[in-house]
Amino acid sequence: MTAESLSYAAGSKTLLDRVSFVLPAGGLTALVGPNGSGKSLTLRLCHGLLTPIAGEVAWANGKAGIGRHAMVFQKPVMLRRSALANIRHALSAIGVPYRERGPRSERALDRFGLTALAERPARLLSGGEQQRLAIARAWAMEPELLFLDEPTSQLDPGATRQIEAMISALKAEGVTLLMASHDMGQVRRLADRVLFLNRGRLVEDAPVDRFFDAPSSPDARAFVSGDLVW
Amino acid sequence: MVSIAGLRIGATVSSPFLPNPLASAHSLDISDAFLAAARLILGADTAFFGIVRLSLTVTLAAVTAAAVIGLPLGALLALSRFPGRPAVIVLVNGLMGLPPVVAGLVVFLLLSRSGPLGSLGLLFSPMAMITAQTILVLPIIVAITRQLVEDLHGEYREHLASVGLSGIRAIPTLLWDGRFALTTAVLAGFGRASAEVGAVLIVGGNIAGYTRTMTTSIALETSKGDLPLPLALGLGIVLILLTLAINALTYGASRFGARFAG
Repeated sequence: MTAESLSYAAGSKTLLDRVSFVLPAGGLTALVGPNGSGKSLTLRLCHGLLTPIAGEVAWANGKAGIGRHAMVFQKPVMLRRSALANIRHALSAIGVPYRERGPRSERALDRFGLTALAERPARLLSGGEQQRLAIARAWAMEPELLFLDEPTSQLDPGATRQIEAMISALKAEGVTLLMASHDMGQVRRLADRVLFLNRGRLVEDAPVDRFFDAPSSPDARAFVSGDLVW
Repeated sequence: MVSIAGLRIGATVSSPFLPNPLASAHSLDISDAFLAAARLILGADTAFFGIVRLSLTVTLAAVTAAAVIGLPLGALLALSRFPGRPAVIVLVNGLMGLPPVVAGLVVFLLLSRSGPLGSLGLLFSPMAMITAQTILVLPIIVAITRQLVEDLHGEYREHLASVGLSGIRAIPTLLWDGRFALTTAVLAGFGRASAEVGAVLIVGGNIAGYTRTMTTSIALETSKGDLPLPLALGLGIVLILLTLAINALTYGASRFGARFAG
């Protein structure tokens, strides 16, 4: 996937200013930056939930199809149905044939140890269980690329650990991941590469080690060392 | 004879508004009236149950028609954006309070011999009553559905768009996931239709055994003044039980929804 000069504005306020980067297949790229820097916005533009006012998102092998890339939100959206039915619904929406939906949904629950919750109403699950279900739901769609928008920011450390284990497993399977996060420990643990955004601009694009050890821009240096940047 | 203190209203029965001279010949005992009503209800009186059955058939048919039209229409109104949408919403919300006699009048004008649909010959038939009640119930279902679906869509929008269900393609999911809350809308419509008298009286004509419903019977019986009105009272009891049942169902639906859908 290639983002070319993505720009977005609300009214006269520019929220994202000519952000360009290339996502090769595989690996986890982290989007970091202060609140309001445009991390979530970048994910939404790439996923097609929003249309950029300028620039475009190009896909390596032709046009991006529904289901070729999926997204996991900060606050998981759970339909008012069972855990299993939540996955079935997503598969139905992206056009998976009726007969495959059941087995694929069950495989996804099984893959992430959620089989015991299959018949439970999804909205009555705990926050961590809901986020695990959201990732299982995305995985069931067999996306080549998965966008993750601060997937653990509302979870306790135990649940965060389980989510991170799932993300690592996805990475090992070869799914390309683009994750917004403001948890620098998490970025160190999971990411291969860091895109640092500040005030709607892509300031730094570096391998994870170099980003933390030797950031090249003053803003990134300030951000890594824990100063407020704006 | 047992009489309930304060309820012995024999003296008032000689009122000139009550034409039946027999009615004033003896005093009315409320407990007798209830006993007579209970005999009607429990004794499976055919005329009595004919009236109850017709009422329920008309109302159920009207609510079904209004739900079939109103649920998708309300969802469409929730998701669509067009100039004048706020005015349409205000209009639909306002029509929730449409006086039944006005709904009856409109259908009466449409179906009367010289009206645009007069050739159908539907006036003073159950079909005319169903039509009038559908018009009465439709705004309730559309308005409540619009509000519920709009709220639910706010919550679901990003996920649904993420899996390719944007715009009207989201409607089936939203209606299904709102099913317990939407039950309330349908039951509210049922409550309104089963209790109204104006619309069915105007377009049905209160013809015995054909278009006489519970509410029109009660209106007729009281105007006859043939005390102690066991039929009216019996039908009144059925109507109250029906209202209670509707409210129990509404409560049950929301509890069930909270328990099984979250």
